[in-house]
Amino acid sequence: MSPTAVVTEDEGRRKLSSTMERNYLGLSDCSSVDSCDSTLPSLCDEKKVNLNLKATELRLGLPGSQSPEREMDSDFYLTKLDEKPLFPLLPAKDGLQKNVVSGNKRGFADTVDGFSQGKFNGNTGINVMLSPRPAGAQASTVKEMPSKVLQERPCAARGTAGHNHAGAASVAGCAPASKAQVVGWPPIRSFRKNSMATASKNNNDEVDGKPGPAALFVKVSMDGAPYLRKVDLRTYATYQQLSSALEKMFSCFTLGQCGSHGAPGKEMMSESKLRDLLHGSEYVLTYEDKDGDWMLVGDVPWEMFIDTCRRLKIMKGSDAIGLAPRAMEKSKSRS
Amino acid sequence: MQQQQKVAALSYSFPEEVLEHVFSFIDSTKDRGSISLVCKSWYEIERWCRRRVFVGNCYAITPAMVIKRFPKVRSITLKGKPHFADFNLVPEGWGGYVCPWIKAMAVAFPCLEEIKLKRMVISDDCLDLIAKSFKNFKVLVLISCEGFTTDGLASIAANCRNLRELDLRESEVEDICGHWLSHFPDSYTSLVSLNISCLANEVNFPALERLVSRCPNMHTLRLNRAAPLDKLANLLRGAPQLVELGTGAYTSEMRPEVFTNLAAAFSGCKQMKGLSGFWDVLPSYLPAVYPVCSRLTSLNLSYATIQSPDLIKLVGQCQSLQRLWVLDYIEDAGLDMLAASCKDLRELRVFPSDPFGLEANVALTEQGLVSVSEGCPKLHSVLYFCRQMTNAALNTIARNRPNMTRFRLCIIEPRTPDYLTLQSLDSGFGAIVEHCKDLQRLSLSGLLTDRVFEHIGTYAKKLEMLSVAFAGDSDLGLHHVLSGCDNLRKLEIRDCPFGDKALLANAAKLETMRSLWMSSCSVSYGACKLLGQKLPRLNVEVIDERGPPNLRPDSNPVEKLYIYRTISGPRLDMPGYVWTMEDDSAYLE
Repeated sequence: MSPTAVVTEDEGRRKLSSTMERNYLGLSDCSSVDSCDSTLPSLCDEKKVNLNLKATELRLGLPGSQSPEREMDSDFYLTKLDEKPLFPLLPAKDGLQKNVVSGNKRGFADTVDGFSQGKFNGNTGINVMLSPRPAGAQASTVKEMPSKVLQERPCAARGTAGHNHAGAASVAGCAPASKAQVVGWPPIRSFRKNSMATASKNNNDEVDGKPGPAALFVKVSMDGAPYLRKVDLRTYATYQQLSSALEKMFSCFTLGQCGSHGAPGKEMMSESKLRDLLHGSEYVLTYEDKDGDWMLVGDVPWEMFIDTCRRLKIMKGSDAIGLAPRAMEKSKSRS
Repeated sequence: MQQQQKVAALSYSFPEEVLEHVFSFIDSTKDRGSISLVCKSWYEIERWCRRRVFVGNCYAITPAMVIKRFPKVRSITLKGKPHFADFNLVPEGWGGYVCPWIKAMAVAFPCLEEIKLKRMVISDDCLDLIAKSFKNFKVLVLISCEGFTTDGLASIAANCRNLRELDLRESEVEDICGHWLSHFPDSYTSLVSLNISCLANEVNFPALERLVSRCPNMHTLRLNRAAPLDKLANLLRGAPQLVELGTGAYTSEMRPEVFTNLAAAFSGCKQMKGLSGFWDVLPSYLPAVYPVCSRLTSLNLSYATIQSPDLIKLVGQCQSLQRLWVLDYIEDAGLDMLAASCKDLRELRVFPSDPFGLEANVALTEQGLVSVSEGCPKLHSVLYFCRQMTNAALNTIARNRPNMTRFRLCIIEPRTPDYLTLQSLDSGFGAIVEHCKDLQRLSLSGLLTDRVFEHIGTYAKKLEMLSVAFAGDSDLGLHHVLSGCDNLRKLEIRDCPFGDKALLANAAKLETMRSLWMSSCSVSYGACKLLGQKLPRLNVEVIDERGPPNLRPDSNPVEKLYIYRTISGPRLDMPGYVWTMEDDSAYLE
């Protein structure tokens, strides 16, 4: 099965420099579509819950007296579990999707307990991602923050039905050994983050000792999509993760769902149709490197890629044909 | 009846020209607004002579409305995206397009001189239109803007003969060609302020040197990182009158002549009051700036990755310092020194050098801030990133500095308690709002319950902007703020357990505020709809990247919510992931 918006497995192997034997595109690991086999497609299946009138009544109620929030929470979680494959449950922390709208109210108390037990409470995606350092030993075992976290994600996604969209199930069995990057926290402007990223690269001998994993935002555009997205490349450790995240981000364009305001939102795509669309080589992921050349994504080791990638573009496969030979030349001259 | 006659008499005895002349001394938007409310004739006179317009939310009003009321505007300031867009919480393509404004003003305000934008999207075409429409154009300030390239800048350079100020602070510019600077004609000499610090690539340096040396009124020059240090001396020699300088990367091969040249050049800058830049600092080059240190009032070292001893040496010489921005490399020791040496300090910002690291990499704690609050009597504006805090420290700071007006504390790990008592920081922040009666801006962090919001609602009567993250237990928290903070204009909340109740109960309050942002909270789609229906002078915008919210139950919380007051109705330029809650049933279809 050919992969999504990235180079096919065969092409990828050809382009890999000889030192890297890994299959970056290991779809078998945690394919975006496969992992959500527990979920059911189709929004049509959800019942529309009646407006909870009490909750929305305009009155100066005594907060805490009647908690429709609880009901709301449970509806919310049910909804989440029925989430469509259009936004498959991925481990990616792509930085733009859902900040979880969660029952933080309950989550807070739980996470306080969760801290001491060193467990996630999967109620709230954000809390999951936060998991403030549990006391002592666990925190100190993790030095490589981003990659560790991201390696754990597949486990999390498989283990629970909900993740970013916060399922009720807790992430059992996955110790929060590292801190995930919460979107927009700490509140530092991108300009500063990107400046510091380059600074730490230059200075890490004298100053820090360790290369701070600061954010690295690049723009992602897609042919035919009305607007750009930005992703933080440092939140991924492999091409597969990046690809899955982008798939998720742009799937609404592919399906014409959020293409423009007023677009008919009710056209549903079946799960298999989606899979075909994305995994067919209709779209290909390319990037512009520091030299200004457009290359196919996947031909160099990941670390080298994030070092050189200035922006990404999801092109129609037909437009990208000319890029393959150049990419191969370049990787030869680099290796 | 007698009263009316008196008033009538007064207004007839003052010719319009006199009133206009009097009004011309009044610049503040707020005061101008007050003037316009006195009576109809004052409203009329005022609107014809208003020269500066400030639009805090570009969607609160249409260009046509502004033009209609103020036909003779010379300066306009517009703000677009919500503040949290700075932290990537607002997806791309959200809006904030300035084009409709420029198009309208190109026709209506041929005498427009100043355009100042913040968090807006401006295209090259727009820049071109500005360049060609306003013959007397003087000031272009683009703060955190995006959507344009150096080609647009070339057009500004080529056409704006009277340009005084070009400030691109922290904007995202697609850097196509560094030669845009060469488009300033040789005859052009009126540049006063140039800030290109955000540009990624080198500009044409010879062109820059020529430009700077032929503009005798150059006052502010902020270079970008790519500007080489070894060329700085020459540049400075061409503009010894500079008051504000932003260096490029402050590093070079260690060559004695580069250093001596630089030191000599700085010695010649007798007016220099502010320094910034300092990327990639090589500490041995720092002494070159010592000649100007004693006069410095503003020092931005927030990109300077140098350690505490070097920082101390440098800052210790700047006794006139009023504003210091620095990385947490300064550590408590450095802040102690600051407190001891810089008695005129008004503003301190300490940024984190390693915000995503799991553990502290520097010895900067709450103690540093306490020291500065003790030693610097004029300190009133603080932004402080740290990893630990106590209620006791906050209490001390509050009591030391009742003159605090801006207090933003960011404890890096969300929900961090007082590390000594393990309690929430409610009482600490409570002390801040209680003692600092003029507090206008507050950002909270750490472990906080509803209690802190009760304190805020009770005491923070002058508070205008509040930022909240990972705090509170229930709607009561939000209710305290909305019902208690009389002067609240901007409220931004993320990841808090606030739902429908407080919002709906205080719906009317929202019309008295500029905007409310809530993301990752528990506000349901149903509540959003209701607010949109009941309050037509609010735009209730739901941002949800999961798809149309009406395909999920009404009780389902929305991802993000942005509510702002407006007299121009729902906007029409929203991307596919933003839905306006309208007061007809459009959304039901």
